[in-house]
Amino acid sequence: MLEKAFKGGPKYWAWIGFLLLIIGAGFCTYLTQLQEGMTITGLNRDVSWGFYIAQFTYLVGLAASGVMIVLPYYFHHYKKFKGMVIMGEFMAIAAVVMCLGFIIVDIGQPQRMLNIIFHPTPNSVLFWDMIVLNGYLILNVVIGWTCLECDRQRVSHPKWVKPLVYTSIIWAFSIHTVTAFLYAGLPGRHYWLTAILAARFLASAFCSGPAILLLVVFLVRKITKYEPGKGAIGTLTTIITYAMCVNVFFFMLEIFTAFYSNMPGHIHSIAYLFAGSHGHHELVPWMWTAAIFAFISLALLIPPKLRYNQKLLPWSLAILVIATWIDKGLGLLIGGFTPNPFNEITVYWPTGKELMISMMVYALGALTLTFLYKIATDVKREIGQLTTED
Amino acid sequence: MKQSRRNFLKFAGLSAAGLCIAPTAVMASGAPGHGADYKVNANHLHAKRWAMVIDTRKLNTEEAIEALAETCHHIHNVPTIDSDQDIKWLWSGTYGEVFPEQENNFPSEAQEKHRFPLLCNHCEHPSCVRVCPTKATFVRPDGIVAMDYHRCIGCRYCMAACPYGSRSFNFMDPRPHLDMDNINKKFPTRMRGVVEKCNFCVERLAVGEMPACAEKSGGAIIFGDLQDPDSNVRKALRENFTIRRKPAAGTEPGVYYII
Ligand code: SF4
Ligand code: SF4
Ligand code: SF4
Repeated sequence: MLEKAFKGGPKYWAWIGFLLLIIGAGFCTYLTQLQEGMTITGLNRDVSWGFYIAQFTYLVGLAASGVMIVLPYYFHHYKKFKGMVIMGEFMAIAAVVMCLGFIIVDIGQPQRMLNIIFHPTPNSVLFWDMIVLNGYLILNVVIGWTCLECDRQRVSHPKWVKPLVYTSIIWAFSIHTVTAFLYAGLPGRHYWLTAILAARFLASAFCSGPAILLLVVFLVRKITKYEPGKGAIGTLTTIITYAMCVNVFFFMLEIFTAFYSNMPGHIHSIAYLFAGSHGHHELVPWMWTAAIFAFISLALLIPPKLRYNQKLLPWSLAILVIATWIDKGLGLLIGGFTPNPFNEITVYWPTGKELMISMMVYALGALTLTFLYKIATDVKREIGQLTTED
Repeated sequence: MKQSRRNFLKFAGLSAAGLCIAPTAVMASGAPGHGADYKVNANHLHAKRWAMVIDTRKLNTEEAIEALAETCHHIHNVPTIDSDQDIKWLWSGTYGEVFPEQENNFPSEAQEKHRFPLLCNHCEHPSCVRVCPTKATFVRPDGIVAMDYHRCIGCRYCMAACPYGSRSFNFMDPRPHLDMDNINKKFPTRMRGVVEKCNFCVERLAVGEMPACAEKSGGAIIFGDLQDPDSNVRKALRENFTIRRKPAAGTEPGVYYII
């Protein structure tokens, strides 16, 4: 099947070339980082994780989101998702590839990375995160590839795939839970030190992830005439809407706990993010954009009339993605580190080089996704399942 | 760039040569492999749990603490970098910075004026050790939280976990920021991409000396065995009111402050 990724029209190759160009440019920047060290980033003594780890966290959510299709399809035999299952699984693969990429570029001594395996340390959450992420990658590669190959050969899926699928459904919850535990178990970081962090992560993953997936699927539909089916899109949008409601609700729980208890440590980060503190207001416009976009997206998704309006839907989803990205891809990390352990503010902002390297990882993910989706749609066309009825 | 490439080539060549020679050398010496020849220094200081008591009535000015920091940074080859990507093993802060959750709305004049020394607390339940994925940060049997710079992958998880901001990351190569003619040749320099912090002067304890800051403080910093009821630190704790930083974090710091 792999050969399908290497056959395509000029537009396909132009897109691949464009991605390779970004990857090349990003890689050159990454070489400077290897030469000069992490000093090329905007990180500092107090904010020791930044844009890279934030993107990693956001993309774990994207990886976990495939389960919102796989779960109804396998657990509830919701047949309308049949045409989308493979898309969710392949999206998960690309997302995990990006996650691993962001971890690698964030490490100060990448050549020693295997120390995590040579000296396994079960008391470190990072050790478990490595296990669940790689496990999820392998699960999705095996399941996705096997099922697609069987479809192509027009034979039924082998029996052993079923237990793997069930494992992968539970596993998807674990990858985001363990990633939340990376943050939630740290003393002295009040913004993260909350028991519902894992729940918040899952809620935000299950709205933002499927939203991105749907946006990509719309794009694929334009390019290849692939049609996931109106029913499938409608159901997924409903799932996104519910998840976003829960996501916003969970955030308000945090606000209540912090401000009604009046505990300074719990208030401080939120105050810094939304109002500024000690004369620093870097994130205030961003966070308010996120808050307002979150409510706009809800306003556009909750009324069924607007939700099922196919013209409006891509916009509602894009607004939702922006809101969740700011919350998790920017605010969560910086808010956790600010104020620092001395109750002071050290400002962090990603540098151009940091963004360039991040673009490389994103382009790498896009490349993976392009290859996988090319294969998937070609196979579907071959067996006449490119379009789903209804 | 050219220089460093040449260095790299030299290094690569030497490493390759070393790889060829090392096995033969080991065989020739007939060493049993596990360093049976190592001898512990006869003067090595031992304790069940090393701890520090800082008398801030005696040590509370920027200059005095800066002088100790200079000594510490000098003997440990800690670079001076003028940015917020700097390295600190010992430094000073205001009362509000050192004890952020124990601040008062009407502080005493002394408290407002004074500066307080900051360093790694060598906690009894160190969160930095709990999160480290490679065991590069570990607790020694004598309670010192030590680091293996050669093991560290630079993930900086320990920095996120330490509630005291005690750890520094080598964002850049520290060597250009050191006075290379004047470094302490008995202590290693670090490379970029690893984390470091105060090590309670383990290398000095190993040869029977007290930590440099304690030695130089003129009695303001007391260092000793917390588990020994007759030790000087226990005496100081018995006779004075002391507090520790951020007790709520549950790490049980090994550094006590007499206020
Ligand atoms: S002060 Fe921080 S770095 Fe030092 S032992 Fe405690 S947790 Fe670890
Ligand atoms: S930066 Fe080094 S010492 Fe810190 S947690 Fe990572 S591997 Fe351990
Ligand atoms: S104990 Fe040693 S390493 Fe730690 S601050 Fe004092 S002099 Fe520096």
